[in-house]
Amino acid sequence: MQKATFTRLLLIAVLFLGQFSFAKETKEAKSEEQGTDLKTEIKDYIFHHLKDSHDFSLFSYTKENGEHKYVGFPLPVILWDEGLKVFSSSKFHHGETLAEVDGNYYKLYHSKIYKTDAEGTINYDEEHHPTNIKPFDFSITKNVVMIIITGLLMLWLFSSLARSYAKNNGVPTGAGRFFEPIVLYIRDDIARPNIGEKRYKKYMPFLLTIFFFIWFLNMFGMTPLGINVTGNIAITTALALLTFVITNFTGTKDYWMHQFDPLGKSLPWYGKVVLYIILVPIELLGLIIKPFSLLIRLYANMQAGHIVIGSLIGLMFVFKSWIGSPLSFGLAFAIMLIEVLVALLQAYIFTMLSALYFGFASEEHEHEHETEVAH
Amino acid sequence: MEIPVMVGAGLVVIGVGLGIGRIGGSAMEAIARQPEAYGKIQTAMLIAAALIEGIGFAALFAV
Repeated sequence: MQKATFTRLLLIAVLFLGQFSFAKETKEAKSEEQGTDLKTEIKDYIFHHLKDSHDFSLFSYTKENGEHKYVGFPLPVILWDEGLKVFSSSKFHHGETLAEVDGNYYKLYHSKIYKTDAEGTINYDEEHHPTNIKPFDFSITKNVVMIIITGLLMLWLFSSLARSYAKNNGVPTGAGRFFEPIVLYIRDDIARPNIGEKRYKKYMPFLLTIFFFIWFLNMFGMTPLGINVTGNIAITTALALLTFVITNFTGTKDYWMHQFDPLGKSLPWYGKVVLYIILVPIELLGLIIKPFSLLIRLYANMQAGHIVIGSLIGLMFVFKSWIGSPLSFGLAFAIMLIEVLVALLQAYIFTMLSALYFGFASEEHEHEHETEVAH
Repeated sequence: MEIPVMVGAGLVVIGVGLGIGRIGGSAMEAIARQPEAYGKIQTAMLIAAALIEGIGFAALFAV
């Protein structure tokens, strides 16, 4: 019996040793092949990882005969180019070949789809930007897949939680014990103090949704699947736009009075005219700047986190000595821990600031304050 | 043209660092003085830090 265990352990050890030697070989082969270009290769790899892609690739490796193998699955490509074109992204072969659909040729160039001729030539202008036609791209990309998965996960999770609360007369069970304090925190420490006791209920669904959506997507970004949804400026723009729209459509009369008549009754009209030439544009600019800072903050934080982790892992290949691996591992591990905190913190800040803006929009002035200023 | 832009971004980041450092330090002092107001101070600190941080990122992305 003991002998069998020993043999098994030995077998596992040998298997792992094989892994190590394999890893070392590919590393050396890579650095010899690329020579001085290793740094640019690492940079390209990091920036490729940050981008959205048309296929869900888990990892790739180079075979002994120099052939690139990709492990993953293709996603549907949906184009609008004088008619709807739907095909699988496996036709691109990871950008190596052209995709032919109904006599049109499409080429994947830097993760973007361009229309080309049969040879796949791409024309450039003076600044080395492609001048080929870009068809409207509505593809189900990796980010879209992750958004759908997160949405379904949240739908399933919170509706099953609601059912379990109904069944157990409001006593939390299972995952509810973990999520109840978070939901209560958002209600009692974010929504109530910032929006006010009277109107906070209206905003709760949005605040909870946005918090868990951003948090879950940030946490998915920490997994080794190479997902970077909240580090995509289009997605943070959409999220900030929701906050912007809700802020302005639920704004009270006092809120709009504050935008266009910030001084109120404290000055006669002839005094206001000169001041308002400066004040009103600033107030209106503030409307745009608030959601803009929201979108930049989330995008930049997640993007920066991914770049830092990618660069630290890249250190391993730059050092080429025994010191590189533990150094890179230690630093990447520490930053990863901080990133887990940042994932929660960014979701919290986004929710907090949204609640703050909703609070500004729904405030109702105490009118005795204004009369006090007047006399 | 390239170097002044980078120097400018660096200066902005120095300013942002000093600003967030001051916020953190002041929050520490405030918590030491009034430990019972810990939650409120922390929230206000995070908001102020987040607002300043936005400027830093704007400068970094201008490079």
